[in-house]
Amino acid sequence: MLPKEYSTISNLSGPLMVVERIRDVRYDELAEIRLSNGERRRGRVLEITEDRALVQVYEGSTGIDADTTKIRFLGDVLMLPVAKSMLGRIFNGRGAPIDGGADIIPETFLDVNGNPMNPYSRDYPSEFIQTGISTIDGMNPLVRGQKLPIFSGSGMPHNRMAAQIARQSTVISGHAAFAVVFAAMGITFEEASFFMEDFRKTGALERTVMFVNLADDPAIERIATPRLALTCAEYLAFEHDMHVLVILTDLTNYCEALREISAARKEVPGRRGYPGYLYTDLATMYERAGRLRGKDGSITQFPILTMPEDDKTHPIPDLTGYITEGQIILGRSLHRKGIYPPVDVMPSLSRLKDKGIGKGKTREDHADLMNQLFAAYSQGKEAKELAVILGDGALSEEDKAFAKFADLFEDTYVRQGEYENRTIEETLQLGWELLTVVPVKELKRIRDAYIEKYLQPMLVEKAENSEQSRQAALTEA
Amino acid sequence: MATDKKIQGTIAKISGPLVVAKGMLGASMYDVVRVGEAGLVGEIIELRDDTASVQVYEETSGLMPGEIVVDTNESLSVELGPGLIEQFYDGIQRPLQSIESVANSPYITRGITVSAINRTQKWDFVPSVKTGDKVVGGDILGTVKETVLVEHRIMVPPAISGTVKDIKSGSFTVEEPVVVIEDERGKRHEVAMLTRWPVRKPRPVARRLPPEVPLSTGQRVVDMFFPIARGGTACVPGPFGSGKTVIQHQLAKWADAEIVVYIGCGERGNEMTDVLLEFPELEDPRSGQPLMKRTLLIANTSNMPVAAREASIYTGITIAEYFRDMGYSVALMADSTSRWAEALREMSGRLEEMPGEEGYPAYLGTRMASFYERAGRAICLGKDGREGAVSVIGAVSPPGGDLSEPVTQNTLRVAKVFWGLDAQLAYQRHFPAINWLSSYSLYTDTLGEYWDNEYDGEWSEMRIKAMSLLEEEDQLKEIVRLVGIDALSKEERMTMETSKSLREDFLHQNSFHEIDTYASMDKQVKMLRNILTFHRLGMQALSRGALLRELINMPIREEIARMRYVEESGLSKLDELEDKIKDELSKLTEAGGEEDVA
Repeated sequence: MLPKEYSTISNLSGPLMVVERIRDVRYDELAEIRLSNGERRRGRVLEITEDRALVQVYEGSTGIDADTTKIRFLGDVLMLPVAKSMLGRIFNGRGAPIDGGADIIPETFLDVNGNPMNPYSRDYPSEFIQTGISTIDGMNPLVRGQKLPIFSGSGMPHNRMAAQIARQSTVISGHAAFAVVFAAMGITFEEASFFMEDFRKTGALERTVMFVNLADDPAIERIATPRLALTCAEYLAFEHDMHVLVILTDLTNYCEALREISAARKEVPGRRGYPGYLYTDLATMYERAGRLRGKDGSITQFPILTMPEDDKTHPIPDLTGYITEGQIILGRSLHRKGIYPPVDVMPSLSRLKDKGIGKGKTREDHADLMNQLFAAYSQGKEAKELAVILGDGALSEEDKAFAKFADLFEDTYVRQGEYENRTIEETLQLGWELLTVVPVKELKRIRDAYIEKYLQPMLVEKAENSEQSRQAALTEA
Repeated sequence: MATDKKIQGTIAKISGPLVVAKGMLGASMYDVVRVGEAGLVGEIIELRDDTASVQVYEETSGLMPGEIVVDTNESLSVELGPGLIEQFYDGIQRPLQSIESVANSPYITRGITVSAINRTQKWDFVPSVKTGDKVVGGDILGTVKETVLVEHRIMVPPAISGTVKDIKSGSFTVEEPVVVIEDERGKRHEVAMLTRWPVRKPRPVARRLPPEVPLSTGQRVVDMFFPIARGGTACVPGPFGSGKTVIQHQLAKWADAEIVVYIGCGERGNEMTDVLLEFPELEDPRSGQPLMKRTLLIANTSNMPVAAREASIYTGITIAEYFRDMGYSVALMADSTSRWAEALREMSGRLEEMPGEEGYPAYLGTRMASFYERAGRAICLGKDGREGAVSVIGAVSPPGGDLSEPVTQNTLRVAKVFWGLDAQLAYQRHFPAINWLSSYSLYTDTLGEYWDNEYDGEWSEMRIKAMSLLEEEDQLKEIVRLVGIDALSKEERMTMETSKSLREDFLHQNSFHEIDTYASMDKQVKMLRNILTFHRLGMQALSRGALLRELINMPIREEIARMRYVEESGLSKLDELEDKIKDELSKLTEAGGEEDVA
């Protein structure tokens, strides 16, 4: 039976329209809108009463008129055709190929909204992913199935960092296939082409699926883009046993599109005009990361968002932080000092780190070392602040040692090259080396056995070296 | 009571989790309805003439106006009986394990009906009354060994009393009647192990009691500084990343409650999985049995339907009350009550109610208060006068960490203990990140009396001393910030050193370290005693001319820093350390010294 076509559009406001005198239309159903010039658009039922439906048009309502535009309800929710051959392809924000290639031959069709994962069926993420970036691997380790956003600000190198992560990530144990699903929401052409170029250059493109909604594409389309990407990721992860890394950028644009619809619906706004259900809405995307019992694949999410005015308490980063399993925060002062990647390790956090590190995963001393580095860096920064106010003279010997540590930490541990891929051993080694500048008795967070095993040899070596150089200086004199 | 006439209406409007049905004349508020052909579970939350607004506990995608809505004539209830412990439920008490097998998928699909308690499993019922006995509501009829840790007591339903006419013994399913009671009017009541109770109605008790006994948690900052009582209420507000969930997990693990109900309300799926995988592995420090044997989980994660999030809190507290009625001390953790409040807000917005502060409904405060008021210590119904308690610990997630927002403020009005989490402490990886200056417990006086009895009056004294040192440190820090550490006298610098030791060696506790994760009150008292002894004798030594530099560089301070790693079985080491401290400091005092230059 052919679906009925209605030409009873009455109210148009922003991306929304009201269709009158409808019958047998379902909530959340997909609709096809045909303009008088033959253009076709897609929409979704947001609210429905007995004879009226409120429809959100993905491409926006420009050019739609109440007179000649026609609408058909397609009887189903938005479905994405998926296939393994999507790897290496580029799609627009609605899921149509834009790389000049042919349409994909779907293996199946999936509801883009997905279903909530049963918490009972989840498997706890516990396998360490090596990203090759010390501030992540050493300080905020990422595990397979985690959702770890990057909180950035405008002008900071979050894209370069995301590309580096996508390029370098490997799972230490096991060698299942790795794939990247990339969803761009409202980013500029330049940013999008940076990613495409980078992936192409490094050969990562063939294991990447890209969904691209650019800044000049319809804003409402952005509501669907991340869902398409996640649906594709779920398919690759749980039907084809791949480890999928999903990069979503930029969530701020997504939330703005959501606010636009909410405002058009005249809903009671929550903080800063964002709808009260922003938390739930974001959760339905972020919570699609994870692992399932009995499946080899996994979905690891890297959402990127730019904090307006670097304000972490803005609703978007705030609600994100409450859902995701930690956050990587980029610091503007580090960026100004020319340090790449400018990861501010103090407020950054990986909640799942404890299960992913330690003996058999990374190394036995990882957890203690990490805690000690945090404590020492924090103490060093405090000492430096004190020195700013009172001058270096006010610092005790101990404080001076920690201040020196903090500088070294930023300069050698945090700083690394964009194409520098450090193994976890290298990262740990670097951490121990840094600790040689502070007094051993201050290392309260590390078990004695590890100090004995890892630090003592370095201290001995250091002492020998300085002894040698002293001797050398003496003989020279 | 239930009429024979079936009330059936049709869907008039759908907006997210809200469905408006017309033709529902005769339905009552909070009745459970089945919505649409798929039979989705919903609850009536507003009635206007013949139209009912229904919050639907499942995803409403695909529903259509005109589909039927059937009133079940029952309010939202939970099933109570043997088989609750070790279960993992969703917000409306559907076992997630059964959902997985019925749906045959790792995803939660719609319209799944599964019973909360296994109907086929048989339990050994051991009667504790005999035919002819007079019983009243709440009396224990018999027991079932539910897990190694929990003896499930089958009680006379609160509204029934009379004479036992028949009582069985042996193996039964939960639906088979095990007792027959004849009331005064001669009406016979068959009592099975399975009962039902509406979630929004508190279960009755004989008499409520003030909370006077501590709920030990093994967390030093909690037990020693801001203790909670059995039957008390506590809240943990904090920005994200400050460790709310870790604290909740720690309390669920180590609190000396007999039953733990853990509600994951609108939070992360992986966190619940973590509990599910970890608890069977962890040993209860008191019984040596797996912690899961006393735990029950309820999960409505953030991506599950929002209306069921609202129900999950009530489901949890009703089950907790049921175990309290058996005479147990129950601890309930709700993580996070903010998500529950947000669910209220979302439904309120869809109902187009007039919003109060920040879009939350005006009745937010009343709802929160009535939830927290269901906590308490009480004499249960029944002739034996047994005592039970429900302690409630609610996490609060204030947006942007701003405590002035409505959910936090409404919680503070009713919760008696406030563990304020501090982002700054969390950045420094000082966990638990409970701020010792802003937090408070209104139970310190009553519980102080309890502990002073145990520790010869020392407990309160030490607590006050430690608190005042930390308070003093805060003021001294201000001076140091302005004029530098040189402005302090050596006594003041000693105070700074001791406070640092209090913070780093006592308050800081590593929940991922196998020994440090739990400290008994004995250990806590000994640890604090040693730190304070060092301070007291150190001060004495200073006044007799000892050098501050020597004092703070004493190797014994390293031993103080490592007290946390002393095992519970070897606590005498801490007493030996105390002697050693006294010994070494008296040597230092005797040695004396010149005027301190530092």
